[in-house]
Amino acid sequence: MNLTAIDWMILLVYFAFVLGIGFWLKHRVKDSADFFLAGRSMPSWVCGLAFLSANLGAQEVIGMAASGAKYGIATSHFYWIGAIPAMVFVGLFMMPFYYGSRARSVPEYLRLRFDEKTRGLNAISFAVMTIFSSGISMYAMARLVQVFHIFEQPFGRFSLPAEWSFHLSILVSALIVLSYIFLGGLSSAIYNEVLQFFLIVAGFLPLAALGLKNVGGWRGLVHKLPASYVHSWVGTGRADTNRLGVEWFGLVMGLGFVLSFGYWCTDFLVVQRAMAAESVDAARRTPLIAALPKMFFPFLVVLPGLIAVALPSQTTPVAENSYTVRQGLGGKGLVPPKLDAGTGHPLLDKNGNPVLDYDLAIPNMLLHYFPTGILGLGITALIASFMSGMAGNVTAFNTVWTYDIYQSYIRPGATDAHYLMMGRMATVFGVLLSVLAAYAATRFNNIMDMLQLVFAFVNAPLFATFLLGMFWKRTTGHGAFVGLISGTLTAALHHGLTLSAGAAPGLKGGWIGPVMHVYPSEMAQNFWTAIWAWTVCFVITIIISLLTDPRDEKELVGLVYSLTKRPSQSHLPWYKRPAALACLVLALALALNLAFW
Amino acid sequence: MGLDVRLPIGALFTVIGFILVAYGLVSNRALYQRSLGININLEWGALLLIFGVIMVISGRGIARNRAAGTSTDVEQQPSHTAH
Repeated sequence: MNLTAIDWMILLVYFAFVLGIGFWLKHRVKDSADFFLAGRSMPSWVCGLAFLSANLGAQEVIGMAASGAKYGIATSHFYWIGAIPAMVFVGLFMMPFYYGSRARSVPEYLRLRFDEKTRGLNAISFAVMTIFSSGISMYAMARLVQVFHIFEQPFGRFSLPAEWSFHLSILVSALIVLSYIFLGGLSSAIYNEVLQFFLIVAGFLPLAALGLKNVGGWRGLVHKLPASYVHSWVGTGRADTNRLGVEWFGLVMGLGFVLSFGYWCTDFLVVQRAMAAESVDAARRTPLIAALPKMFFPFLVVLPGLIAVALPSQTTPVAENSYTVRQGLGGKGLVPPKLDAGTGHPLLDKNGNPVLDYDLAIPNMLLHYFPTGILGLGITALIASFMSGMAGNVTAFNTVWTYDIYQSYIRPGATDAHYLMMGRMATVFGVLLSVLAAYAATRFNNIMDMLQLVFAFVNAPLFATFLLGMFWKRTTGHGAFVGLISGTLTAALHHGLTLSAGAAPGLKGGWIGPVMHVYPSEMAQNFWTAIWAWTVCFVITIIISLLTDPRDEKELVGLVYSLTKRPSQSHLPWYKRPAALACLVLALALALNLAFW
Repeated sequence: MGLDVRLPIGALFTVIGFILVAYGLVSNRALYQRSLGININLEWGALLLIFGVIMVISGRGIARNRAAGTSTDVEQQPSHTAH
């Protein structure tokens, strides 16, 4: 497959705009608040779309379509219960404290509310996680470039080895993201994220529409697939009667409560977008505005995955010549089997069935339906999603590094110009570290499962700390710190003592030795790891808080719910009131759950 | 604000829409077999072009209002939040 001049033109126009925005916004960066907080001047719809887009990394488009092909429409749980309720909660209840306390980052809120050690713990673990996530986005993009053979023709002309396309795509994506953040800081990242949001919709809406028309609409799709693919809640009474391999309690508590609230309510990557808003009302509306398009994303990214498995298996080459071989060996629809890197033969599971390469669902769908021209737009949309995922992590990293690590522990009391310079430096070495992480990210077969594992260890206990910190004034810094440590240790312990069915001990769990419990699926294991970590953190934080001295209530005004005056909404028209928006969002999410029950 | 975000978005979609429409007009019909016989470049390109132009016009309108100091946006007023 070779891209034609038209496809290249669209991709290059996009790159030009991305860099152009960086240059255009360069003059707006005068101090560190401009660079790290976009001068707290963004309207809520811009922050809202950036809030959504920063999360649209590799896990979203490739990973969600892969999960759609593997698990069916139940993947939409990651949106309808795994995102929307938490987004409503952070907007309504938590944003007044994040924005109102004038903290510049989530770790800084933890220092204001608790103490230095709790902030340090959060800042360091978060910084590591952003590098890791940004690396995964970069890795996924480089792999995609290989699948599409984007550089094959130019490489052939200069007789360069084809394997170098992986290295070149990492280099190009790193340089572009580095340049626009280096120049314009968070404003530049936010503007680009809004641009990327529209591009992703422009690239994937026609794909979903063509695919759906091809299979005869939703009814046709239901007809072509087993019932377990097209219901999100039916069969969740027991773990072994649904495709996810998780029962409803693990799903609602693990994904819908612990992981989802842990991510959307405490992850500085997304919260940073709301902190850039121009007022506390705009900050509260940010996640609510983001939730509206978010709940319809399954139709853009999960649906193409389902369509890919519903189509008849292909006999003609789809992406490359070797795919005919792969297709003949038991692929499913447009999803080819995974090949052994050494022998080139399809990998088989222990029952002798081929292991499917679900991550290729979206690339193959694009190649199947898109002629040259719009194919360039589709590929640009995919690349945009990877870059927004990367950029989100890089801006969160440079802020936490500069304010919460460098300014706090390495060099306090320097001039603002010095910290602005350090933010730019952090952007450079943050991107360099992400490149290293990209090369390390080749070991798991499903990007989604890997991210869930990392979130489970670090993020799962975190929401217990924030919930207690914001809504129980008796919570102390020692309680929070010990609670967080025990939560993360519990996550590691639980993961090390359990396994999912069919997995070998090692990175997938069971690494401590004796396996205490075998879960029906890796997802169930991850959800329960999160539930254990959250519960232990919650209980330990309460116990230690009751054993240690409380802080003076006067110091906690503006940081704790019961000591802070509620923000008034009466000066706003109804459609700008967070509570009204929240009701609308929740009603729509409920309707979607019922429609695809 | 120095630059309304609608301007670059509108400009990008105008350019991409224009490229797709132009290509859709000159390209061979056989190309559209894979998109179920629909000239997807022409149809989707036209939609993107319209979207781009609307974004540019609305972005410019806002920029002019701001420059003239006639903005009546509620969000511009100081917040009434008390702590």
